[in-house]
Formats: sequence, structure tokens, C-alpha cells
Amino acid sequence: MGSFTSKVLGVGAAVIIVGVLIGLYVADWATSFPPTVAATSAPAAVGGASLTLQTDAAVGQKLSPAHPDWVSYVVRSKGQWIRSTIYQVPAYSVVHVTIYQFDSPTGLRNPFLSQVQGTIGGTMTVDGRTVNSINPEEASHTFAVPEMGVFVPLPGVPEEAKNACEEGPCEPSTQAHRTITFSFRTGKKGRYRWQCFVPCGAGYLFGNGGPMQTLGYMGGFIDVV
Amino acid sequence: MSAPKQTEMSEPNHARRFTILWLVACLIGVPIVIWVIGPELGPGTGTDQAAGQSTDATVLSAVATPVFLLVVVYLVYAVIFFRQPSDGALEGPAVRGDAKIQTTWIAVTSAIVLAVAIFGTVRLEGASGAGSGSGPNPLTVPSGPRLPVQVIAQQWAFTYRYPTYGGVETPHLVLPVNTTIELNVTSLDVIHSFWAYQLGVKADANPGVNNVAFVKPTRIMGFEVRCAELCGIWHGAMFDPHGKVVSVPAFKAWITAARVAYAPATAVLPPYSKTYLPEPTRRGG
Amino acid sequence: MSTTTESAPTPQPTSRPLWRRLIGFNLLTAVLLGVAGYYIGWLIGHHFGGGHSYKYESEADENDVALLLGYLGGVVGFLIGLGFANYPISRLLGRPASLREKEEEGIGRYFGLCTDHKVVGIQYLVGIGVFFFVGGLNAMLIRTELLHDTPTVVGPNQYLTLVGVHGSMMMGMMTSGILGPFANYFVPIMIGARRMAFPRIEALTFWLLMAAGFILMSTIFFGGFPTGWTGYEPLNDQAVMGMDSYIIFFALVGISMCLLGLNMLVTIITMRAPGMTWGRLPIFVWSVFATAVLMVLAAPTLIGTLAMSALDRTINTSFYVPGGGGSSYLFQNLFWFFGHPEVYILALPGFGIVLELLPVFTRKPLWGYRLAVSGMLGVSLMSFFVWQHHLFVSGINADLRPFYMLSTEIISIPTGFIFMCFMGTLWKARITFAVPMLFCLAWAFNFLIGGISGVALSDVPTDTQLHGSFFVMAHFHYTIMGGLIFSFFAAIYYWVPKMFGLRFNERLAKTHFWLMFLAFNSTFLPLFALGIKGMPRRVSSYAENLVGLNTWVSISAFVLGFSMLIFLFNVVYSLIFVRKPAEADPWHSKSIEWHLPTPVPVQNFDQIPVFDSDPYDYGTPLPIGAAASSPAGA
Repeated sequence: MGSFTSKVLGVGAAVIIVGVLIGLYVADWATSFPPTVAATSAPAAVGGASLTLQTDAAVGQKLSPAHPDWVSYVVRSKGQWIRSTIYQVPAYSVVHVTIYQFDSPTGLRNPFLSQVQGTIGGTMTVDGRTVNSINPEEASHTFAVPEMGVFVPLPGVPEEAKNACEEGPCEPSTQAHRTITFSFRTGKKGRYRWQCFVPCGAGYLFGNGGPMQTLGYMGGFIDVV
Repeated sequence: MSAPKQTEMSEPNHARRFTILWLVACLIGVPIVIWVIGPELGPGTGTDQAAGQSTDATVLSAVATPVFLLVVVYLVYAVIFFRQPSDGALEGPAVRGDAKIQTTWIAVTSAIVLAVAIFGTVRLEGASGAGSGSGPNPLTVPSGPRLPVQVIAQQWAFTYRYPTYGGVETPHLVLPVNTTIELNVTSLDVIHSFWAYQLGVKADANPGVNNVAFVKPTRIMGFEVRCAELCGIWHGAMFDPHGKVVSVPAFKAWITAARVAYAPATAVLPPYSKTYLPEPTRRGG
Repeated sequence: MSTTTESAPTPQPTSRPLWRRLIGFNLLTAVLLGVAGYYIGWLIGHHFGGGHSYKYESEADENDVALLLGYLGGVVGFLIGLGFANYPISRLLGRPASLREKEEEGIGRYFGLCTDHKVVGIQYLVGIGVFFFVGGLNAMLIRTELLHDTPTVVGPNQYLTLVGVHGSMMMGMMTSGILGPFANYFVPIMIGARRMAFPRIEALTFWLLMAAGFILMSTIFFGGFPTGWTGYEPLNDQAVMGMDSYIIFFALVGISMCLLGLNMLVTIITMRAPGMTWGRLPIFVWSVFATAVLMVLAAPTLIGTLAMSALDRTINTSFYVPGGGGSSYLFQNLFWFFGHPEVYILALPGFGIVLELLPVFTRKPLWGYRLAVSGMLGVSLMSFFVWQHHLFVSGINADLRPFYMLSTEIISIPTGFIFMCFMGTLWKARITFAVPMLFCLAWAFNFLIGGISGVALSDVPTDTQLHGSFFVMAHFHYTIMGGLIFSFFAAIYYWVPKMFGLRFNERLAKTHFWLMFLAFNSTFLPLFALGIKGMPRRVSSYAENLVGLNTWVSISAFVLGFSMLIFLFNVVYSLIFVRKPAEADPWHSKSIEWHLPTPVPVQNFDQIPVFDSDPYDYGTPLPIGAAASSPAGA
């Protein structure tokens, strides 16, 4: 009996230890989120919060060792470009968003989303010009928070542009891009998801797989606190 | 249930006792189900279809209650009265069946089942699909004028198109009260499901297919739309609590304002069609 | 019925150093060859990945061909390492036929290919138990996330993977949950046979399932999958590489199920001992028969369906993609053509277990034996005619719906026969509330609720509100967990004294039962309300006003999980530490397995028994209350 019991205990202990390690690994995988980046305070004259983002055609090895070829949003945080899609903004205030768009056009599946909706004034500026819609064929990505009614289409950089950004993080001062700015109002606290509506997941069916369906690339959360 | 004849006087008439207990339970349970639980069951009474579903749910629950009570009261009765005494080694009666009970049970259950199926069919087709998605060619169609509204499902939001109002597309669904609406549900990519809870409507959105559901709102109210078919990462977030049923003049005012507000979008939309399969239809890039 | 009186002595394995004993066709070799096979498949797949016609694959940073071939290579290597190729090769080389592998070798035979059906039964019990536990842990993570109404603890795509792995693991593993352990162990004994018809295939079904479980768990290395256990297209096609784990998992599960069912059918039809007529077959064996018919006919549909999914994902076919001429409805129909018989594969063995155990604990013969058999066969037959009730609101041709409403309602009639037999057997019985009996009684309550909630789903107008909501979740958890899993535990508590010759601790067992029963109902009853109030399935964002109900459900679920820990503790405590021997026939059953020695000898019987009655010779024909003779048989 004793030898049997001790053998079984030995094997059992090994199994339990391995099992616990696997369990911890799985729990860690399940609960991993991209880091939350807080919007910075806008200058006093403007008021509210500021968020600076860029969209890259290929996010690059540095920002995503697992998927360097995937499109992604990247956010400016403390002077660095970080790959994260969870942005923290204050409640009941105005958020000013600046997006440096480095990717080429893909086109919207639903051209309805080519009209700017839910922003202050119902408009955005593209390279300084105020517009309320774009050509749906030219859309490269969108920034949309459906629960807040915000839909902002982002026009793409023409294919033939010089100095196109091959790999993120991209540099606005030297590489071809479009600059889009808009503002929207936040309401009560909560976690609101945002996403891109352009089928930019290259190689996936309908363009909506891969980066479109992984947190941290083409969709994330606006945490209103 | 008739019991085998016994010769012992001390044995109570289990069949009679159980039947009485069951009848009492039904007399208490069925009214509770109909009047207390019943109103909580369906999606409310804001549309003809929702009201129909609420009635159907109450009827089915009321029919199911005696069946449920039969088994539960029996189990409790058996557990209390048919026990082995604590130190006992007694055997029960070696009865292997009873043709009369079996025949009665089969006949009664078959009758109930058939009745429920007929009831369901009559309620389904009598209500022109009872709010469910009935495919591109529904079996029964409500008479009279209908307002067509298209529900476009895409990953991951619903948008709505009004073909009789210039094909304008809007992000929220607003409907006029006391009007029969013909909802044409389709998808631009994967399978979604348009579930408007208070309207009592659920229709799957399949790509390249038109799924028709009829609804007639009878009350001015708000309603919530949720996606009811797993469509990817934001399936749970694909909801809109801002659906509205408004009066007919309010609807006309709203749609006129919407046509103005969404004019830039309407200009670039494809012509209205029952289904769309926009590019890319296979692999994006 | 005659029984054996002695068993042949088991030869002791000769003593060799451990490292020598590890060389050979065993689990270690299997794992090593499996890894090697995986890399070989992966390498072959990569040669396809860069070519012109698969350009999109490299655009997407993925190579599904490589992963699928890798998994298949891994499974082939694994099976070769266990020794499954040895016998076919030796026969090809002209060596003599043999039915036996490793049947005499001591505890090592539980970790490899063994043709003793009793060993396979125990392997199944432990193997399925482990994966059931894994699926349960997934459920605990899911319920932790559902404490919050927006994704907080678990990311939204990880949540979908958890939901998918939980569902797939449970469905894939528990379809063999009763047939695997208990039918494999007891069906040959109950029909008087020495072995199953195809012992090597029997072992294969077990190891296929273990490989499948491992492959499913590996999905998290490849990004998980977003479709839930139903794998609907076109979302399936759109998913990242982790979807291939799901496809291979169910392909292997399908093959395992098909072969298991085939083995059962051939064994029951051809290997019954003299006197074991169809009318004397234990009701458990009838339920295995009815289940096996479904396994053999339904599982191949699943394999074919997923093969087409794999082709869509790799070589750009369009079976299910509307843009290329395919249809999303094709997948739904094919999947549910398998899926509906699948859930009856889960339910039928439960029916068999409770009806088999009831006579033992009520001391009465089974009431309505023929009716029970017709009920099971009726359910089996009808289960192929109801599948479109999963598609009521999907936009199928509306002409079909009244028919499927009718057929779905009709299937409740044979199901009702089972309840009638259950209730008839309880009538004027002498019930002993042993733990197996408690689980049988709980089965009746749970399956009743599950079955009646099915009526609401079978009626199209009410289904319009309830389809795709938590009501459906409550319905199938009541029938599958409240039904099958409760009968699974009834079978464990009932047969462990026979399979291991050891007793469970009674107090821990009763605590496990009561905690599990109460926590189960507390967890799943509110889910009906959540569904009625409009919460869809597979979401981690839901309406704020439902947070309270969800919190109640989650806490009950944690208690339910804790009750499983009590069971595990009982297993370790009673079967490994205390090891108190069980009496030969602790339940005073008249069934043949209890009249064999423990452990049951390899050949089961000295002489093939001759049967002269069914095993339900309980009860006295005398009026109640007269003194009864000794309760047990021989």
C-alpha cells in the first residue's frame, strides 16, 4: 500500500504542479489587455482632453513582435508611440483627437460611414480643411464609437505618395500622411468600445478578421472616468 | 393512476392521495403561472407581435404547469412515502407494467403535444410570422399597406435604410406607431441577428439573403436592439438602446430631418437593394 | 445465470530498470513522435504557404495549411508512438492474428494501448474527468467576467475563446462521457462477452479523444477562435489560426464517436451470450445501442462539414462564402444535422443509467421495460427530423417551420416514456437514498425542467424571443448538465466499488451531491430569467440592469465549482489514501457484474454465462407488508 500510495502521490503532485502552471498561464493569457493610456489635458484655452493617434499600414516588429504585418492604431503617450487601443478620457468633457493617418485607402464596405457623425459640429478637419464627409473609396480606416454616435472616416494616403511609411511607428514630420482632427463630447462614466469600420484586415475574409478582431490593433475601449 | 388491488387495510390509497395533492397543486400553481409569472414572460405588449408572443408564452406555461407539477409532486410523494425503513431489507411489489396506465399516458401526451403544435402553427401563421425572420418569401403576409425598412447588419453595428424615403440610411431605428412595418434584414459580412426586444422581432441577418419580419407597433415607446448571433469580437457590444416608436407626424418630421442631415452619405450609397455584397467579397487587402 | 468462480493468476512483469522499460511503444514515445509529426506537417505546410495561389495567406501572416497539416502529423505520430500501427503492419507482413495487447502488464497498461475493455473504461473515466475539469475551469473564468457588464477581467476575444473552448470541450468529451467509461467497461460483461468486438479500435477511440483535447487546448497559442462551439461560417472562415484547432478537435472527436458507436453496435448485436435475447437486455445496454446508432450516423456529417470549412480556410473554396457562390445556410444546416442527434447522444445514456440504477435502489423490477426501449429508439429515430428548430428565425423557407415545430414537439412523446417508466418504478417502492439514487432523483427533476423549457423553444413565436438568448443556455445546461452529468456522477458512485474495489467516503459524497444539486439549480434557474429579459448568448457586454442577476449566477457557479472540488477531494482521499475495500455487492444488485470477482479477470468469465432472465428480478409478487425473503440474489 505504502509504495503504491507514494508512487501515486508523486505522480499526482507532478500532475497538480503542471496543472497549476498551465492554469496560471491560461489565466494570464485570458486577462491580458493592452495598457490603458490616459488622454492628456488640452491647453487651458481649449479645455478638455487631447488624444494623439496614428494608424500604420504595418505596425512593425518593435510595436508588435507577434504580428508585425498587421495594421494598427498607435497612441502617443509621454512622448513615445505605444501600441494600445484603450484610452482613458474624462467624463462630461470635450476630447480633441488628432490622428496621423499613414495607411493607403481600402474603401468602406458601407459607404454610409463616409459621413462624419457625432463630432462637435458634425465635421472634422483633413490636412487643415473642414469637411463633413469623404469619398468612400478613399477611406483607409475609421475611428468610431457607436455607443456615442461617433463615426469619423479617415482618408488614405495615395498609393503613389513619396516617403510612405513601411513599418511603424511612423514619423509625421518625415513620412507621407493625412492629419485628421475632430472633437467629441463624453457623457457619463463607463467603458465604451471603439473600432474601425473599414475592412482593413488584409488576407482575412471580408477584410474583417485578424487585426480587426484582436484587441490592441483596430479596436479598443474608451474608458470614460 | 389506478393501483394494483391490495388486500391490506392499513395501506393508504396512494393513488387517490397523490391525485388530490396534484390537483391542489395545479389549482394553486396554474393561476400563479397565468397571472403572476405570465406577465413577466414575454417581451411586453408594445407591438401586435410582442403581445402575441406574451400570450403564447403564458398559454404554453399554463399547459406545462400541470405536467411539471405531476412529475414534481410525484417525486416528492414517492420520496416521502415509498421509503425503505432504516434497517429494512424489504422488496417492493414485482409489477413490471400496466397496460391501461401506459395507454392513457401515451394518448394524453400525444394529444397535448398535437394540440400545442397546432396552436403554435395557428399563432405563427395567423400573425404573419409572429415577429420572427421568415425568409425572403414569408408564408403569410399581413394585409394592407406596409412601410418597408431595411436593417443592415455589419461587423459590428446595425444601420437602417428607408427605401420609400429616398433610401436614406440612419444609425438608429425610428418607426411610426400603428403602422405595419416590413423589416428586411440582411448582412454585409457574417451572420448577425437583429433582435429588437420590445418589438418582439428577431431575424437573422445572413450575407446575400433578405430575411423578412413583420411588426406593427401599437404604443409609443423606446426599444433596444441587440445582436443575437455571435459575429466576432464586438458581438456583445453590438447593441443600440436608442430605438424609438413615435407618432406618425413625429416620424415624418424625423425622417425629413434625417434626409437632410444624412444627405452627403445618401449621395454615395449604392441604390437600394434587398441584399448587398460589397467588396471585398473574399479576402481583404 | 451462471458466473465465474475463479480468475487466472496475473503474471508478474519481469523486473527491468526504469529507463529500459520506457523504450517501446508507450505514451512517452507517442508524445515524442507526436511532436516530431507536428513539425514534419508544419514544414510540409510551409512549402505551400509562399506560393502564388496562397498569397493571401502570407498577407494575413497566417498559414492554416501548415497548422492543419501539423496537427494531423502530430496525431499520426502520436498514434504510431502508442503502437496502433504495429498490428496492421504485422498482419501485412503475414504474422498471425492477435486480439490482445498489453493486457497483463501491470499499471503501465493504463498509460498506453491496451485491448482490455475494462482498462479502456478506466482510461476513459480519468481522461474525460481531466478534460471535464478543464472545461469547468473555463466556465469559472467566464462567470468571473460576467460579474461585470463590460469586458473588464477578460479581454473580449479571449472571452469568446473561453466560451468556445468550454462548449467544445464539454460537447466533445461528454458525448463519450458515459459510453466511454461505463459502456466500455460493463456492456461486454452485461451481455456475457469476454471482450468488445474490436478491442484495438476501442483503445483508438480513447487516444483520439485525448489527442483532440490537447489540440483544443493549444488554440490559445494560435490566437483562439471566436465562433463558440457551433463554429458558424462565415465567421469561421474569417478567424485567425486558432480556428484550425477547433476544426481538428471536432474532426478527431467525430472519428472517435463514429468508431465508438460502431464498436458498441457490433458488440451488442453479435456477441450476446446464449439466453441474452433482445428482450432481456439490460436497459443500459439498450440506451447504449440507441446512442451508438446516432453516433455512427451523425458524426460523419460533422467531419464532412468541417472538412469543407478547412478547405474554405486554406485553398479558397467557397462552400460557405456567399461572395464566391456558397451559402451561410449550408453550414448551419449541415452542422445542426449532426448537432441535434449529438444532443440526444448526450441525453440517451443518461436515460439508460437512471433506469438501470432505479430497480436496484427501489427493489422493484423496471416498470415498463418495453416502453422504455421504444422511448429510447423513438428518440433516436426522431432526433434526425428536428434539426431546423435551431434555424427558426434564420430566414429558412417559412413552409418548413410548422413541420419542424411538429416534429420537435413529437419527440417529447418518447422522452415522456422514460419519465413514465421512472415514475412507475418508484410506485410503492422501497427507496434507499444511497448517493447514486440521489443523483438519479436529481436527474429527474433537472431533466424535467430542461425538457419543459424545450417546449417554449419549439414553438416559433416564443422562440422568436428566446432564440440566441440565455434561455437557450439554461435549457441545454439543464438537460445536458442536469441530465447527463448528474447521471454521470450516479454511475461513478454506483460502479466505482466494482471498477476499483474501493468505497467512497459517504459523508463527502453526500456533501458533494447536495452542494452540487443546490448550486446547480441556483446557477442555471436564473439564466431562464436572464434570457427572458433579453440577454443574448456569448456576450461579455450586457445591459446594466442585469448585473444583479448575473452576480447571483456567478457566485452560485463558484459554489458549483467548489462542489466539484469536494468530489475530487473524495477521489483522492478515498481512492488513493484511505483505500477501504468495498464489499462484493454493496448495493445488493442482481446485475451480473456484481457477481464477478473484483478486480474482474481479464477474460471476464471462466465460462460464458447462460442467461435465463433480465437483471430486474427484484420485488416480491406478494402483497406489500408481508415479510420478504433475502433481498439479494446469489
